[in-house]
Amino acid sequence: MKCNDEIVDLMHEYLDEEIDPKNEMILREHLKGCKECETLFNEYKKTIAVVKGTSRMQAPPDFTAKVMASLPKEKKKVGMQRWLRNHPLIAAASLFLVLMTGSVFSTWNQEREFSVSKQDNLVVQNDTVIVPEGEVVKGDVIVRNGKLKIEGEVQGNVTVINGEQYLASAGHVTGQIEEVNAVFDWIWYHMKKTAFDVIDIFNESEK
Amino acid sequence: MDALIKKRIKQVIKGDQDAFADIVEIYSNSIYQLGYRMLGNRHEAEDIAQEAFIRAYVNIKSFNQDLKFSTWLFRIATNLCIDRIRKKKPDYYLDAEVSGTDGLTMYSQLSSNAPLPETELESLELQESVQKEILKLPEKYRSVIVLKYIEELSLNEISEILDLPLGTVKTRIHRGREALRQQLRYV
Repeated sequence: MKCNDEIVDLMHEYLDEEIDPKNEMILREHLKGCKECETLFNEYKKTIAVVKGTSRMQAPPDFTAKVMASLPKEKKKVGMQRWLRNHPLIAAASLFLVLMTGSVFSTWNQEREFSVSKQDNLVVQNDTVIVPEGEVVKGDVIVRNGKLKIEGEVQGNVTVINGEQYLASAGHVTGQIEEVNAVFDWIWYHMKKTAFDVIDIFNESEK
Repeated sequence: MDALIKKRIKQVIKGDQDAFADIVEIYSNSIYQLGYRMLGNRHEAEDIAQEAFIRAYVNIKSFNQDLKFSTWLFRIATNLCIDRIRKKKPDYYLDAEVSGTDGLTMYSQLSSNAPLPETELESLELQESVQKEILKLPEKYRSVIVLKYIEELSLNEISEILDLPLGTVKTRIHRGREALRQQLRYV
């Protein structure tokens, strides 16, 4: 029968509860006159009714408890990772601190060798640097891992790292005298030096 | 209820695991029911429902809180059911009929010693044959029929759950309806 396809479509529209009033009229009119379609329509409705009529199943009474018991426990590691994610700044700062400390200690340990700043009139005897009597040393004097004896004059700062300095009564230093021995002094010295370097850079760029 | 669910979800996201219990309690029956109608036996239904809730818990942060939670949960559960159906061997349908005789479990739902009245027995047989016919449907028709007529969800929700266009959902429902009609018209 030709009516079938179109009418069956209308039946589905009806069953989906999406039929518009005009089409519903057409469907109803047709069903009145067509026994075959009416039977089909009733079979659909019956099918839906029996499917809907199946009894509703209940989950077992201990279902919720079982689910809750099998949820993954939050691990401490997970908590730590989340904390790091939520506090990126602190995480970055502590990482920086760890790396910095490491590098400072390694520089401290590496620079065990005797060294002295280059000025022509400094006299070096073994691990002792001497500013001879009557001589004028211009510029800062830095001695690492050695002793410094000042008998003449230094026009500038004197820094002795991991060693000792001796200023003779006749000796004279125009700038500051500094001795750096412990690691913490060393760190402090480094920080000051870095800070002054930075200031110098600014000063120079201003010029 | 939606407000309660939303509140519980927020608590769960903040790390309050216990808040999840209410969510499980509210949806346990419908998810279990879905599993039972899709897979055909209680054991697998419970298994799949548990897994669905665990997955929802684990992935709760990826749930878009502007959407309906039930849709998301049904999507997880339906996908799990479909995966399991696909993994089953082709002889599954024979098994299903045996486990469909899992109607034993339906009998056991009734008070055990009371004699079964005729009408109730008939309705049990009817129930069994409906369940059997649903299980005979190919998985793509089975899921829409179960969501539509057992879970009583709207076509729009079904289309969201299955991630299919509305037109496809309708076609599948029509075909599923037709297949069921042919099997069930004389019951």
